[in-house]
Amino acid sequence: MSAPVLSVRALRTTFATPRGAVAAVDDVSFDLHQGEVLGLVGESGSGKSITLRSVMRLVPPPGRITGEVIWQGRDLLTLDPPALRRVRGGEIAMIFQEPMTALNPVLPVGLQITENLQAHTGLTAAERQRRAVELFDLVGIPGAARRLGDYPHQFSGGMRQRVMIAIALASNPRLLLADEPTTALDVTIQDQILKLILDLRRDLGMSVIFVTHDLGVVAATCDRIAVMYAGRLIETGSVAGVFARPAHAYTRGLLGSVPRAGAERAPLLSIEGTPPALADIPPGCAFAPRCALAEPACRAARPALAAVGDGHHSACLRAADVLAQGGVLP
Amino acid sequence: MTGPLLSVRGVRKVFPLVQPLWRSLRGLPPPAVHALNGVSLEVARGETLGIVGESGCGKSTLARCLVRLWDVDDGQILFEGQDIGGLKGPARRAFNRRVQMIFQDPYSSLNPRMRVRQILAEALSVHRMRPAAEIPARIAELLDLVRLPADAADRFPHEFSGGQRQRIGIARALAVEPEVIVADELVSALDVSVQAQVVNLLLQLQERLNLTVVFVAHDLRLVRHISHRVAVMYLGRVVELAPTEVLFSAPAHPYTRALLAAAPELDPARRTTRAATRGELPSPLDLPKGCLFATRCPLAFDRCHAERPEPTPRWPGHLAACHLPELPAQSQDRP
Repeated sequence: MSAPVLSVRALRTTFATPRGAVAAVDDVSFDLHQGEVLGLVGESGSGKSITLRSVMRLVPPPGRITGEVIWQGRDLLTLDPPALRRVRGGEIAMIFQEPMTALNPVLPVGLQITENLQAHTGLTAAERQRRAVELFDLVGIPGAARRLGDYPHQFSGGMRQRVMIAIALASNPRLLLADEPTTALDVTIQDQILKLILDLRRDLGMSVIFVTHDLGVVAATCDRIAVMYAGRLIETGSVAGVFARPAHAYTRGLLGSVPRAGAERAPLLSIEGTPPALADIPPGCAFAPRCALAEPACRAARPALAAVGDGHHSACLRAADVLAQGGVLP
Repeated sequence: MTGPLLSVRGVRKVFPLVQPLWRSLRGLPPPAVHALNGVSLEVARGETLGIVGESGCGKSTLARCLVRLWDVDDGQILFEGQDIGGLKGPARRAFNRRVQMIFQDPYSSLNPRMRVRQILAEALSVHRMRPAAEIPARIAELLDLVRLPADAADRFPHEFSGGQRQRIGIARALAVEPEVIVADELVSALDVSVQAQVVNLLLQLQERLNLTVVFVAHDLRLVRHISHRVAVMYLGRVVELAPTEVLFSAPAHPYTRALLAAAPELDPARRTTRAATRGELPSPLDLPKGCLFATRCPLAFDRCHAERPEPTPRWPGHLAACHLPELPAQSQDRP
C-alpha cells in the first residue's frame, strides 16, 4: 500500500479546568490513505469531534494539543501561522454539523465562496465568479447563477449543507474533514448529501474523515472505521471486517444497540450505564465498569491497540473472547 | 373485538401566520401553515402504533392533538368513542390522566427547580391517585419500575444524564396509571447505547402494564423495532399505514419506498450509490394541488398533479394514498 497522506501520532488534547487538566483526546494514532473514507465513530463526549478539530489545530485555548499530525511531510502542529493558513481551507477543508452557524448570516453565499477562492487561488474576479457557479452546479444547487446572491437563511437545511460543501471544495482540497455533516438533516436529504460526498471523493480523489455517531452512515459511506470511547481509540479496521466481527466489547454493544430487521420487539443488546465523565476516567480500560467481560486485569492497566486480524486492531484484553462471540448483525 | 381505543377522523390543524399588510390590502387570504391535512387512523388497545416521517410532516402536531394539548381545527379525535374535543370538567381530567405524553427533550420537559420526588408527587396528587400517606411508597415503586436508584427521589433533574432524565419522564407519565402513552421522539436525543436501554424499558413496561403506545419518531429502524403497525406521514397526511412487516417488506407508496431506500443500511455489503429521492419538501404554506409527494415522485403522472389521492385499502389492514394500484418493480441499484 502507498504511504498514507495523513499520519496522526499520539495526539493528545487537554483542557485546563479548575480541577486539573482533562484529556478530551488521549493518545490517538491513525493513518489515512489517498482516496480513503475513514469513519470516526463514538457517542457524545467520546472526543471524536475534538480529534477532528485537533488535526486542523482548531482547538481554542485553554485547549492544548500535543503529538504529531503529519500532512505531506510536515507536522501541522508545529507549522507557522501563515503556512497553516494556506493548509486550512486550502489543502484541507472542513464541513460542520450546523450549516446555519458555520455560514456567515449577513453575507451572500456567493461572496463566502469567492472569499475562499481569493484566499487560496490566483483566479481573477470574473474567473472566481465563474468558478462559484461551477461549484454550485457540482454540489447540485438548482439555479446556481441566480442563487449566489442569496443569504444563508434563504436556503433549506439540506441546501445550506450543499453551500458549505461548495465552499469547502472551492480550493480543490485533498482532504475533507466532515464533522457530523448530516446529523441535522432528514433521512432523504442525508442520503442525497452522503451520495454527493462519495461522488466528489471519486471524481476529485479526495480523502475524507467522517465523524458520526450513526453506524448506518458509516456502513453506507466509509472504507475504514475507528471507534472512540472516552477520548481513546478502542478499535480500528475495515468497515466490513469490524461490522462482521467486532473485536472490542464496546463496539459489539454499540452494534447490538441498533435495532435490526428480523428481531422486532425483542430486547436490544444494550450497554448498561453511561460513558464516564472525562475528568473521571477509571484507570485501566475506560469501558471496564460497563463491560460484562471485564476481569481484574482490565481495571489494572490500560490496554493498547493490538492487531487481531488483517488491518484490524482492538484495545481489548478479551478481544479473542469478543471475537468468539461472533457478530451481532444478521 | 371491541372498537378502537383512539380514532382520528379527518383531522386538520392550521397554524395561521401574521398577515403582512400588503396581503390584506390585496385581499389575499392570510398565510397559514397546514400542519395536518385530513389525517385518519385508529389505535387498538394494547398495540404500538408507530408514526414516522421527516421534519415538518406533522407527526409531533398529531401527537399533541392526540393528548389534546392542541385542539383540532376540523375532524374529530375519539377516545373510547367519545370526541375528546367536547370533554369538560371531570371527564376531561379523566382523559388527561388516561392518556399521557412523554416529550422529546429530557432537558426542557422537567422543571429544573423541582426534585424528582416533587415532580412525581405533583402528578400523583393532582389526579388524587393515592392518599398523601402512601405517596412516598408509590414514588419508590415508580423509581424501581423505571430502574432508577431509590436515592434519585431527592435529587434535581440536572444531576441526571439524558437517559436517566427520560426515565424520570416515563415515571411521571406512569405515575397516574395511564392506558395510552404518546411518546414523541422518546429517545432521539440520546446516544445509541442509552437509546437501547430506554427502548428495552418501554417494551417491558408495555407488556407488564398492558399499555397502548403511540410512538412518534423519525428513525425508521427504531419504529420498525417497536411498532405493531406503522403510519407514514408526509406533509400533514398519512400516505401509508400497514402492519410493520408488510410496510417494510412491501411498501405501496413511492414515498415510503424512497424513505426506506434512503435510510442507511447497517450492512456495508448492501451499500447503494444512487440517491433515493430528488428535491425537497414543498412549503407547508403553499401546498401543491394534487398529491403532495408528486413534486418529488419518480412515478408521478398527470393525474397526480391534478387530484389528491385518498388512502385506499391494498391488503387487509394496509392503506396507501397513491393513484398507482401497484408500484412497478424497483430498479436494480445494488453495485
